Order: sequence, then C-alpha cells, then structure tokens
Amino acid sequence: MTTTAVRELSFGQAINEAIRQEMRRDPNIIVMGEDVAGAAGRAHLGFVDAWGGPLRATRGLITEFGPERILDTPIAEMGFLGAGVGAAMSGLRPIVEIMFVDLIGCCYDQIMNQAAKMHYMMGGQVDLPLVIRTAYGTRGGDNRTYGGGAGAQHSQTLYAVLAHIPGLKVVVPSTAYNAKGLTISAIRDNGPVIILEHKFLGLRAKGPVPEESYTLPIGSAQIVRRGRDVTLCGIGRMTHICSEAADSLSAEGIDAEVVDVLTLSPLDEDTILESVSRTRRLVVVDEDTPVCSVARDIAARVADKGFDNLDAPIKTVTAPDTPVPFSAVLEAHYTPGAAQVISAVRELFGTGA
Amino acid sequence: MYERLTLIREFEERLKWLVETGVPVGAVHYYTGQEACAVGVCAALEPGDWIASTHRGHGHCIAKGVEVHRMMAELYGKTTGSNRAKGGSMHITDVRVGMLGVNPIVGMGVTHAVGAALSAKVRKTSQVAAAFFGEGGASIGAVHEAMNLAAIWKLPVLFVCENNGYAQATPVEYAVSVRRIADRAAAYSMPGVTVDGQDAIAVWEASAAAVERARRGQGPSLIECMTYRYYGHHQGDDTGRYRPREEEQSARDRDCIRRFREQTLDQHLLTATELDAIEAANRKKIDEAVAFAESSPLPQPADLLTDVYVPARDGEQK
Repeated sequence: MTTTAVRELSFGQAINEAIRQEMRRDPNIIVMGEDVAGAAGRAHLGFVDAWGGPLRATRGLITEFGPERILDTPIAEMGFLGAGVGAAMSGLRPIVEIMFVDLIGCCYDQIMNQAAKMHYMMGGQVDLPLVIRTAYGTRGGDNRTYGGGAGAQHSQTLYAVLAHIPGLKVVVPSTAYNAKGLTISAIRDNGPVIILEHKFLGLRAKGPVPEESYTLPIGSAQIVRRGRDVTLCGIGRMTHICSEAADSLSAEGIDAEVVDVLTLSPLDEDTILESVSRTRRLVVVDEDTPVCSVARDIAARVADKGFDNLDAPIKTVTAPDTPVPFSAVLEAHYTPGAAQVISAVRELFGTGA
Repeated sequence: MYERLTLIREFEERLKWLVETGVPVGAVHYYTGQEACAVGVCAALEPGDWIASTHRGHGHCIAKGVEVHRMMAELYGKTTGSNRAKGGSMHITDVRVGMLGVNPIVGMGVTHAVGAALSAKVRKTSQVAAAFFGEGGASIGAVHEAMNLAAIWKLPVLFVCENNGYAQATPVEYAVSVRRIADRAAAYSMPGVTVDGQDAIAVWEASAAAVERARRGQGPSLIECMTYRYYGHHQGDDTGRYRPREEEQSARDRDCIRRFREQTLDQHLLTATELDAIEAANRKKIDEAVAFAESSPLPQPADLLTDVYVPARDGEQK
C-alpha cells in the first residue's frame, strides 16, 4: 500500500472525502437528502451547491458527480428514505441523509420495519446496502457550535431507539480519522448502517486523516487511552469528555482507561469486558437519556458477563430523563461533562464527589 | 392471462380450504375477486421490471411469476419457502422475478417501488416499477411523498390503486376525500385513470399505456382499478357486519374470471376445452404445491439466528 500525506481535516471534511472516494470507485453509489447540495435546478442562474448538507459534509459532491447522483429531495423523509430502501434492493448503494436524528420519527418505519428487517424476513435473498447519515447531540454548552440552542426537537441523541432494532448497524464515530474509515466501511457494507455524527464534532474536531482510502471495522470498539484503575466507556463526543476526565484524574493519581465504543450495534462486548477485567471498574458515559439506554445496556452486559471482575458497582453518566432544554445554561447542565465523569469515578474510589 | 387469473383463484380457494380445515398457515389476506388487477398490470410488464405489493399480495406474486410451490411452502413455514420460512404470507418476496415484497405496513411498498424506479433511472436501464396499494393505502402520507418524488424526478413507475371499497371495515366513501382516487393524480402532474378492475383487458390496456409512457422517460402514472374482495379483510373476518349482501352478490356477478372466459369464447380466441385444460393444469399445480409444502422440512432452531446481518460477498474489498 502506498502511503500518502496525512493532513488535518475536520470531521465533516473527512466524511466528505470518504463519500467522494467511494463514489469515484462505484458508480452505483448515490447521495440523497434535504439540501445535500442545495439550490437544486438553479444552475442556470448560477446557483449550485448552496448548502452541501447541514454540516457541509456533502459540499462539492454535486460539482463532481452531478445531480443524477447527488439528489436533493423534498422534505419527505418517509418517502425518500423509502426510495433509498427500494433503490438498495434493486442495484444502487444509496447514502441517505436525515438532517437530524430528531427527524427519524418522520421515517422510523423505513428504518425499523423495512431496512433493518428486509434481509431476515426475505430469507436472506436481498442485500440492502443502505447508509443513513444523521446528525445528533446538543451544543454541549458551547454557544459557538451550530449557531445556538436548538431545543428539544433538534438536539437529541436518539441512538438507543436505533440500536434496539435487530439487523441494523449503528455507528457513532468520534474523530475525523475514524469518521472517514467507518463511513467507507458503512458504504461497502451490504446491509443497512446508520452513522450518527455529532453536530459539535461535525463542524469542528479537526484531526489527522490520511488521504488514501481506508476502512475501519464496524463492530469494534477501540481503547484510546490505556489505564490501570478504571474503564471510562464513551460514545461519540462523550469519548472526548472521557479523555478530558482521564487527564484530570491522572493528577489525582487515578489512571483511567478510555474505550471508544464506536459501534453501538453490534456492540463489541469483548473489548469492553477485557478492559474491565484489567481495571475492575467501569463508568459508561452517554449523551442520550438514561431509560433503556445504550449506557445501561453496556452496564447490564458487563454485570452479566464480567461481574466477577468488578471491584465496584458500575456507574453510568447520562443526560437526565428530560427533553433537551433550550437555555444554554440548562443545556450545559443537561449534557454530561468531564466534571460529572470525575465525580462518578471518585465515588468508585470512595473519595467523595 | 387466463392461466394466471385462474392460478391465483385456485391458490386462494385452496388456501381458504386449508385455513378452514385447521392448517396453520399464519395470518392471510385473500386476494379472491381482485385477480384482474394483478394480472392486467403484470401482463404489461417485462420479467426484468419490478413490482411492490401490499398485505394482500398473493395475487401480485403469482401474476409476476413467483412459483406457487415456494409460496405455499412459505405459508406452511417450511425451509423451501420463498423466504425460507422467515417471512410468511405478509412478506413473500422473490427478487429474481422482480417481486420486491409483499409489505403489510400500508404504503411502504409504494416508496420501495419508487426507489426501484430511481435505480432504473440512475443505472440507465429501461426497467419500470409498479406499486400496488389499496384505496386504504391512498390515505397514508408515504404514498403521497412517493408520488411527489416520482413526479419531480420523472421516474418510470405505475401507481396502481386497487380500490376494493374497504380498508378493513372502513368504507371508501367515509375515508377518502375525493370521488375517485385517480383524481389525485392531478396533484402530482401525472395522468390518472379509473378503470374497471374486474376486467383484466381494461387493466392491461391502461397499464400498457402507462408502461410505454414510463419507458419513454415521461414519468409516472396513476391507475385506479375498481374492484372488490370477495372475502373478509383477513381469514375469519365477517363481512356481514359491514357490507350489504346485495353489494357482494353484485360484485360476484361481475367476476373477472367469468368475464374473461366469456370474452375469450365470444371472440373465438380459445375453446372451452382449452380453457378447461388451463384450469385443470392449475388445479394440478396447486395440488403439487400443497404436497411440496407438506413434505418439505421445518426450519431448525439454529435458523433463528441466521440472516440478521447481510454478509460481505466474495471479491469485495472489505
């Protein structure tokens, strides 16, 4: 393999490069969604690619691949995601963008009853190479991100209702590097894969990304920081919160390991259990609300299969069981931060909050 | 056409008998009475074209060429079934013959047909797709979203509304705001026609015109077929609680198979002996399908866990 330059790309640029490289390789890949380009049909007035997606991840694709493969859709999630499902059953490999995960209520049947179940209920006779990209998350208390508070219907982290569905792969990248590799893997997967991209990371989060095409395995968690005393299990942006907490904890003499879950379904239990078997303590950090959450699912699995390796109860740090508030002050309290992770770890060590 | 019309009728009548004698074939929705719709539309399609179906899908499957012995085995929950015992009546699929699936979530199949038509357009094939739905399905948003998409992208798709008058036990005149479903075509800038859905030739003629238009790149069409289901919404449904007996008899008086037979004889296209021979061959085919289903193996417990995820295929880069 020839190695090429490693540049700093934003999370969104890394996803853009992943899609672009795959579209060059395979003419059956199309992109669909609301304003994935923008200004559709206005080229004669000099307007092209007005938006490039809400996080600009698809900007510039229409210039290279044209409106036949970069399809702006009307506001009709149920209709165009259904068209994506039908197209995936009949020869295309669609990448469908649902602008925000909050909007899956408008097309949940296509995800839950259609895409996820087709292969199984049709006895394995159809492939369903469909990628659904969607943005999630709060501002995390940072007013500079995503233009201000979006409130309860545009700020959620609704991945538990996706991970719950058998047959669906649910991926939550955390860096520009793993966003590119996981997006390419998702596009090459023959079944439905949903990628949740954090808004906060989408517009920021620069990191080194190789120019060449590469894949990262779906279904694998990654240990991003080695430690001896406690495992901090993070999802998406929460992985960064875990690393931030680990930095502070090291000053207190607590050596934390950080596991980036990366794929929520199928979950890489082995990596988490192996980590816990060494650290003997677990804190799961999840931006979603707590009831029936991925955080509690991970906790339950570790309790079920790794109880003998635990020296302390499992802790979860999640959003509260409320809708996302509007006020930046409230939103900052809503979103789990490093301070909450640190206080959960201190509880495990009996050093008080 | 007569072969397919009578094969569907024979399949459904046999199925009804099996249900009534206690054979556990799961939940079924009989297509009896509506045969001319599926057969008329599918006669206008090529083998490589696609259809997507509803919960009442046995007729569409047979009309498009799904083998009846594999359908029957599926209903029996046997591994030789079309979906290897994972689907049942409401999910029968055979993509090899362009059958994208029976789909019991009302309206969803329509969006999938639009997706197949999009696939044909992007891949620059000449395929068209037909989406079957009922007048009940005409009320769900997904169908309207799908029609709008097909219209703005000029996709090669036929929207086929089988108006049998009842969505479960709810009459069309209560649930639908327009006199004719076909009137709604105007909202999506496509042609809309209402045809006699008890007349296979009339359905075929309207479908052939829509297919030709679709293949010319002129976009979608809406065809409303006025039809009637002879039995209840599903097995065990008592239609006497919501339909007048005279209405049921009047529909049976317009039976599509009898009419096709009379038309064929009147025009000396086939003899009564030839038509009888077709029916006899179909009876034998269904006898064989039932025998095949009965003698086929049941799934093993391990089959429960297969086909959850789609595997990588040979030669891929992964």
